[in-house]
Amino acid sequence: MVDGSAEDMGLMNNFTVLVVDDDPIICKVHDLLLKKFGLKPQVVENGRKAVDLCLACGTFNLILMDKEMPVMDGVEATRELRAIGVNSLIVGVTSRGSPDEKKAFMEAGLDFCFEKPLTPEKITILLHELNQNN
Amino acid sequence: MESRTLRDQIAAMRQSFFDEGILDSQFTQLEQLEDRDNPNFVEEVLTLYFRDSANLLATVEQTMETEPTDVAKVDRILHQLKGSSASIGANKVRNEVIKTRELWQQGNQEGAKAAFLELRQEHGTFKAKLEPYFQQLRQAGPVQAAMRPQGQQGGH
Repeated sequence: MVDGSAEDMGLMNNFTVLVVDDDPIICKVHDLLLKKFGLKPQVVENGRKAVDLCLACGTFNLILMDKEMPVMDGVEATRELRAIGVNSLIVGVTSRGSPDEKKAFMEAGLDFCFEKPLTPEKITILLHELNQNN
Repeated sequence: MESRTLRDQIAAMRQSFFDEGILDSQFTQLEQLEDRDNPNFVEEVLTLYFRDSANLLATVEQTMETEPTDVAKVDRILHQLKGSSASIGANKVRNEVIKTRELWQQGNQEGAKAAFLELRQEHGTFKAKLEPYFQQLRQAGPVQAAMRPQGQQGGH
């Protein structure tokens, strides 16, 4: 359940969030869920745009990365972000995949990997992590 | 009194969706995101889903029947459909997508085509059940969060 204290958690350090997903439904759900925590996510629909945005505008505290996307998928995008020195908390958000697929995604440089869709509990875990790192 | 009867009907309808496995707990998560600033969020998301999923299903059907078949494209679209169905709590639809995709990935195209017909039917049933539900919700008018129909929730 999202409550006032959850919103405070998001506002505490004014975290910036990037949602990378090509599914407009997932984007809509995650967008509102993150806003409930007082966050204001930016949304892009593929890994290429995520990398370009980070290069152009600086990094984000939290990047929620879908795995399968056109143009550039989440694995490649994560690898490229780490290669250019992005040290954001990068969290993979996937449909149920095989352990090997998840392993490959983690090895690209993720900090966490969650199944879609995100829930308030998962967001809370990530915000705790961000607060500890900051 | 009439409003209460309508709300009871809506609550019973909603509960039946969980009892029959049509919806799972993810739908409840969506309901919990609704508030004064986003009073129709669930209906908005479902409307978006019905539109997008109809297009995806049409593309899958067309691609399955085209020679030579773009096997990867069908798999990609089914993957997307699985994700969006899961994100709104469309439990039975998601399961049919998984079944279709597994057969397709195994190379059993005829089996996958048969499963796809069941998927499309399940999708149609889902839409036919949820659309009247939202119509009745609109008819009943805004409700306080505390008064939202509660009930047993399905699992994933």
